[in-house]
Amino acid sequence: MENVTHDLANNVANKETTANHPIIIARDVHKWFGHFHALRGINMEVHKGEVVVIFGPSGSGKSTFIRTLNRLEEHQRGQIIVDGIELSHDVRNIERVRMETGMVFQSFNLFPHLTVLQNITLAPLWVRKWKKEQAEEIAMQLLERVGIPEQAHKFPGQLSGGQQQRVAIARALAMQPKIMLFDEPTSALDPEMIKEVLDVMIELARSGMTMLVVTHEMGFAKAVAHRMYFFDSGQIVESGTPDEIFTHPKEERTKLFLSQILTH
Amino acid sequence: MTTTYSKANILPPPSESSTLWGWARKNLFKTWYDTLLTFFILGVLYALIRPFIAWAIGKAQWEVVQVNFRLLMVGQYPAAETWRAWLCLYLLAGILGLSLGVWARQKPWLSAILLLSPVLLVFYPDLSSEARNRLLGLALTALLAFAFGRWRGARLGRAAVILWVLYFPAVLIIIRGGGLLENLAPAVPTSLWGGLMLTFLLTVVGILFSFPLGVLLALGRRSSLPAARWVSITYIEVIRGVPLVTILFMSSVMVPLFLPSGVRPDRVLRAMIGITLFTAAYLAENVRGGLQAIPRGQFEAAHALGLSGFHTMALIILPQALRTVIPVIMGLFIALFKDTSLVATIGLLELLGISRSILAQPQYVSFQREVYLFISLIYWIFSYGMSYASRRLETRLGVGER
Ligand SMILES: Nc1ncnc2c1ncn2[C@@H]1O[C@H](COP(=O)(O)OP(=O)(O)O)[C@@H](O)[C@H]1O
Ligand SMILES: [Mg+2]
Repeated sequence: MENVTHDLANNVANKETTANHPIIIARDVHKWFGHFHALRGINMEVHKGEVVVIFGPSGSGKSTFIRTLNRLEEHQRGQIIVDGIELSHDVRNIERVRMETGMVFQSFNLFPHLTVLQNITLAPLWVRKWKKEQAEEIAMQLLERVGIPEQAHKFPGQLSGGQQQRVAIARALAMQPKIMLFDEPTSALDPEMIKEVLDVMIELARSGMTMLVVTHEMGFAKAVAHRMYFFDSGQIVESGTPDEIFTHPKEERTKLFLSQILTH
Repeated sequence: MTTTYSKANILPPPSESSTLWGWARKNLFKTWYDTLLTFFILGVLYALIRPFIAWAIGKAQWEVVQVNFRLLMVGQYPAAETWRAWLCLYLLAGILGLSLGVWARQKPWLSAILLLSPVLLVFYPDLSSEARNRLLGLALTALLAFAFGRWRGARLGRAAVILWVLYFPAVLIIIRGGGLLENLAPAVPTSLWGGLMLTFLLTVVGILFSFPLGVLLALGRRSSLPAARWVSITYIEVIRGVPLVTILFMSSVMVPLFLPSGVRPDRVLRAMIGITLFTAAYLAENVRGGLQAIPRGQFEAAHALGLSGFHTMALIILPQALRTVIPVIMGLFIALFKDTSLVATIGLLELLGISRSILAQPQYVSFQREVYLFISLIYWIFSYGMSYASRRLETRLGVGER
């Protein structure tokens, strides 16, 4: 792995956004669970290479929103366009979008009956129809990249949480996605394992990957995020660069929330 | 890794007396009331078992089993074709030996004893020399396969699985004969199938066909298509609400309704259909339980990777779901093996049916105890064997561990 600054709080320069078309467009996205209005008009544009951090109180709809982006949840109003493909009931479009987006979950969701290597090669073999040697070669490169090539033949249950999450990242990357979605990737980890996962994510961010990350790791946000969105009650309350959010938050709710998570 | 504490601090667990007397004192005679209870139970057991033992070694006359041994084993299957049953046994011995060699690596002597058990029968006095040689050959085949399996080890794992999968259809073809095999092995009508062999075949067919059907029904029951869901639910609930005997009777009187008049469907086939349909409903419910135990995150991870619904099921969900329900499914198959005895009520001559027809002959009427005891023992041996194998399989596959 390349030399990563361990001081996450250090803000990094080199954060220009590419000015071409947005790779993700969400326009007035609404979502109901029964009568419960979980997403109430979300608007967001993400450009290629951007790193976006989404934060906010529990139950505010962060997970629901990023799960609408690969159609793990269906939105009921508004428009979502990923890499030029509009998400609708069209199953082929959904499968195309899912091939372009990788997702990392809070609870890893590795396949317990498959080895680490099989977890990573599964989708390339069956979805991309690669040859076994090619898929395994790329899987091994990815395991190098996340720092655990020696675990290739173990089962997920034999790894620590941090290692499992790194496998999950490698598994998502194996499909060579254009976008990576992370839903609280470090929330289920013991404190001493958070850094090893964040290091991988920082390296990924710096390599130019488009990333949407739901997280409360503010050090990570300061280090690599281009934009941050504060969610509350299914709405975007405030957005801005990390600098704007941390030093001049405009909304009371943002201030209150930040003070709560930064002071413990 | 460096440790700061010295080895001296690591103590072995306190030793427990492992002698028989030590065990007995700990478990049977620890307190005065333990002792009392132990003697009381021993007394009751003695009173219950004594007449039985006295009968078994004194009065019981086993000629009835000896004379009718062939009937009990293969029914009226033509004597000239019995070699096919032996062939199936040889294949079984080979595959079993191989599997034990590949997988049961810890206690080889235990496997060897198991595989040599046919040799014990050689000491049975009234055995024809032909049967004796065949039994010896059986043990030899098993041992050779065992040695080969041990020698080649895990590399043969996949081959062994494939052999098991192929074995059962092969048995059906060998016993049935005819078709392409007509010259080598002429067709034997199912009306001649009988005895333990028929019991096995009913079980095997039941397992082979109820398994895929049950899995399909379980998937259907969870399907998002209302039609598939309702068909599956109706099927499962109707079948589970009816006793197997009823289904067997129904299949022998109802199946003909679906066939052109004049075609007399095979009775054995009808029984096989009844057993399969019955077992599939229960299997579906077990598999459904396994499917429900799979966390939603597994579906989500698979979908997020772009796997289709079919691939998600086939590669991610079913392998995990089936693994968790192996114990229940094996239990179901053991029950199926014993329940095949119900086909005696529709006139088939499997192990129980043939026993009853033997006992119906005037010269054997008074030997009910011997015959029923003998076939009970056979049922027990195979049920226990299956249950033992399934427990081994569970530990091997790490059921319950994730
Ligand atoms: N499958 C579901 N069914 C019903 N309600 C749901 C479901 N998923 C989420 N919710 C509700 O939607 C709201 C937003 O949830 P979520 O997006 O998971 O919040 P966050 O990730 O911000 O903590 C919560 O109130 C949650 O209870
Ligand atoms: Mg969440």
